[in-house]
Amino acid sequence: MKAAAVAAVATAFAWLLLRAESQTSISLLLLLAVAAGVAAARLRFRLSGPSVLAFAAVAVLALLLREDDFSLLLLTRILIVVVACLGLNVQFGYAGVVNFAGASFFGVGGYTAAILAPRLPHLLVLLLGGAAAALVGSILILPVLRTRGHYAALVTIAFALLFRTFLEVNDTLGGPQGLKLPELVIGPFHFNDPVFDASFYLRYVALGLVLAALALGVVQRLERSWIGVALDAVRLDEIAAASFGLSIARWKIAAFTIGNFITGVAGALSAFMIGFIAPNNYAFSESLILVSILLLGGIGNPWGLALASAIVIVLPEKLQTIQEYRFLIFAAVVILILLFRPAGLLPRPLRRLKT
Amino acid sequence: MALLGQYAMNGAMLGMMYALVAVGFTLFFGVLDVIQFSHGDVVAAGAFAGLLAYAALSFFGVHAPGVLLLAVILAAALATIVVGVLVARFLVLPIKGAPQLNVLLVTLMMGTVVRECIRLFFPNGSQPQRFPALLPSSGWNLGAFYLRFDNVILLTCGGLLIAATHLLITRTRLGLAIRAVAQDEETARTMGIDFKRVVLVTFALGSVLAAFAGVMDGLYYNEVFFGMGLLLGVIGFAAAILGGLGNLYGAIVGGFLFAALQTVGAVALPFASAYKDVFAFGVVIVLMAVRPTGLIGERVSERV
Repeated sequence: MKAAAVAAVATAFAWLLLRAESQTSISLLLLLAVAAGVAAARLRFRLSGPSVLAFAAVAVLALLLREDDFSLLLLTRILIVVVACLGLNVQFGYAGVVNFAGASFFGVGGYTAAILAPRLPHLLVLLLGGAAAALVGSILILPVLRTRGHYAALVTIAFALLFRTFLEVNDTLGGPQGLKLPELVIGPFHFNDPVFDASFYLRYVALGLVLAALALGVVQRLERSWIGVALDAVRLDEIAAASFGLSIARWKIAAFTIGNFITGVAGALSAFMIGFIAPNNYAFSESLILVSILLLGGIGNPWGLALASAIVIVLPEKLQTIQEYRFLIFAAVVILILLFRPAGLLPRPLRRLKT
Repeated sequence: MALLGQYAMNGAMLGMMYALVAVGFTLFFGVLDVIQFSHGDVVAAGAFAGLLAYAALSFFGVHAPGVLLLAVILAAALATIVVGVLVARFLVLPIKGAPQLNVLLVTLMMGTVVRECIRLFFPNGSQPQRFPALLPSSGWNLGAFYLRFDNVILLTCGGLLIAATHLLITRTRLGLAIRAVAQDEETARTMGIDFKRVVLVTFALGSVLAAFAGVMDGLYYNEVFFGMGLLLGVIGFAAAILGGLGNLYGAIVGGFLFAALQTVGAVALPFASAYKDVFAFGVVIVLMAVRPTGLIGERVSERV
């Protein structure tokens, strides 16, 4: 009951925010949200309910906004980023494998989609985007397994820079101009046709929702299963985990590959939606944004990263007056949160082993 | 032959810049066990502060290159010391015990703040800025190869600066304190070493090296750009890691090694010299797989 009420209020708020035009009303709404957040934190407000509610809320929101292209585009972008971050969450949050090349694996998915889309059915292309990301990630497995801490961070950072430079100088992949993608077609649905008199983005929102639901289902089941326990053990103490017979290498490889797969699928969908891709979309700074979403939301908590994705994507778009300063403000906000609330906005709850 | 000489010179210049930045990374890691990822942008801040000093002095009619150069270097050093010490005092020290990832991200974001401040608040900062040529551009003709004085001067000064840092660390009381803190913070404190002061001084020291790297970058390319610190920082970090964190010699070796890789990449792939960075970073990844704690391994003890 409480959860349903919160979902309804959140939907109404999101609708107001996305529809709001004037800077004053946007600022007021944001202040209201901050106040509500602080109050909830003070009152130790705990929320639990079926995750279907959240998806229903997004669906209702999309229907309310059915003619507003831009808001629906934002909504889809949030969903895609949520999926990509769910992938990173398996790596950072559960297995403790650092990956500063999230945008690169996102990009592998996108470029795979661009190359394969004219030849194969598109649903398969989405999956192959993920598979390609997992495959490219397997190049990094050996150095990632052998290094730890800062040294492991360097491996993925070096890969992120390598990947971006490679895309820029490789002419068959379009160089700095990038590649175009054909219209996304799944079964009878042509994604760029309008839905009756509503925006064609509705289909993308729907597909994004399905993908997010699948990714969330996989990640949550993973966490609750013995695999999740094994991953937690590997992250928290490698030596203790190894002495209990867990294979560190196996679980790190599993987490790294699953994570890259999910991120790659998100990248493929994003490429289809935007319609063209260029190396600039997959720069190192984008990887950093993905990682900051994880930390902002509270590492290991899918709901936290969903909230953080929404904040990180919607805020700069809505606050046009600060458009010029948005990176500065964004960086400052992340610093402040890490200094004063290092566990993130919604920290991951403790695992309850009793039923 | 002449071309080869040119490549070698370019490699040496790059190597010196990378080494200067990498030494900073390794010093910071030594005393605090953290990566100060905004270090690259501190380099850029130094270069732009130097540019500002140059513009101010030119405005007041000072045109002697010697005076200008001195002013540029001093302004750069001052700016980097201020930024470096502020970062250490208010960002890194308070979260010293936090997870590595948080520290990494805080300093990365601080780098973004510095970078954006340059872009937004420096006049016309989003465009590349011309950096004045303050050193003589003449040189010697060695056969077909033209050895420029300014390159020789920059290399020599960089080398001297690193040597001075080395002497400071190994021969003075301050250096002893820095090494003591690096080895064991608690014991150092009980021996009466002012931990906070040593950390701040170390950050100032590393930032001065960054200032020189920034000025050197500007003088060599005659251009500075607000985003120049990002790649320089990552490469400096890569160099410090390649050498083995916390090891001064390792950082220098790593810096020159990375420059050598880029140069070799440019020479050996003549049909595709654009791939030189791909090659260099690829080799870094392979080296990390082979030597997971750097070429001159960091001394780690696994506590069970």
